[in-house]
Amino acid sequence: MKKNVMPLHLIPCGKSAKVTELTSYGNSRRRMLDLGLIIDTIVESLRKSPSGDPIAYEIRGAVIALRSEEASRIIVELI
Amino acid sequence: MGLTNQSTGKSALKEMLDIQMNSADVVVALAGNPNTGKSTVFNSLTGLNQHTGNWTGKTVATARGNYKYKDKNFVLVDLPGTYSLLSNSAEEEIARDFICFANPHATVVVVDATCLERNLNLVLQILEMTDKVVVCVNLMDEAERKMIQIDICKLSKLLGVPVVGTNARNGKGLSELMKAVYGVSHNQIVTKPIKVTYNDTIEKTIEDIETKIDLEKSNICDIDL
Ligand SMILES: Nc1nc2c(ncn2[C@@H]2O[C@H](COP(=O)(O)OP(=O)(O)OP(=O)(O)O)[C@@H](O)[C@H]2O)c(=O)[nH]1
Ligand SMILES: [Mg+2]
Repeated sequence: MKKNVMPLHLIPCGKSAKVTELTSYGNSRRRMLDLGLIIDTIVESLRKSPSGDPIAYEIRGAVIALRSEEASRIIVELI
Repeated sequence: MGLTNQSTGKSALKEMLDIQMNSADVVVALAGNPNTGKSTVFNSLTGLNQHTGNWTGKTVATARGNYKYKDKNFVLVDLPGTYSLLSNSAEEEIARDFICFANPHATVVVVDATCLERNLNLVLQILEMTDKVVVCVNLMDEAERKMIQIDICKLSKLLGVPVVGTNARNGKGLSELMKAVYGVSHNQIVTKPIKVTYNDTIEKTIEDIETKIDLEKSNICDIDL
């Protein structure tokens, strides 16, 4: 894996990243696409919940909380 | 209103269908992404007080209210916010079932003017289900504040359905919205929704499934006779 490429749940709060790949399939993949997570979409990690999961992200103008399980299947490149 | 078994899924759908079948009222669904101002539009039009908030997931069951326009009674149904018709939760299922199966006379899709693009996914999905749609571009004041300009006319031409810009908080644009809803529900405005063409594999598969559904339908009709 390239240095700046990682699953979304690992990017630090306050950082933005660009979606490069979705590794989920079926319904969960479709759900991510419906949230606007298509390739090249810029996502910002906003804040973690007290337990660290879920994490709130800014996705195309909406704040959306994703569980680590979901976010780990979104591969991004830090920008 | 709590989210009980009674208010979700099949029983909710049945309840929803009943309102329409029992009256000559015009049934209008209010759909849209979470937090776009559906309940605010609902409250402004009906004078009711459906809970509103600035965090998503406020509306967890449908609320119903009435308004009069041109001597007609319109029954407005405030649906929970959803990003997609492919439901992921009980609330999203309510929205999907109503839009897809309750056959409202018109569906108003409330979209957020400050992030229009992300809202258009649901608009396109709804346009695939019904052509009786009015798009309400809400939060126009917020968009203006953020220096976002929206060409309502062009959007309407591109989507093939009426588009109205509103500020549901102060009621701006709502009379125009009611007018468009009247027009669409009474077939005075004929819409021509944009049709998304998918790649060949998908289109072919859709065609196959449609053929099968038509066949099933005619079988069911035979049994009925
Ligand atoms: N500035 C501004 N704020 C608005 C407008 N419409 C709604 N709001 C505010 O936006 C927030 C969300 O509004 P709601 O009506 O609860 O949104 P909703 O679509 O019903 O939300 P869900 O039911 O959770 O999906 C509230 O704080 C409203 O006061 C508008 O046109 N302009
Ligand atoms: Mg609401």
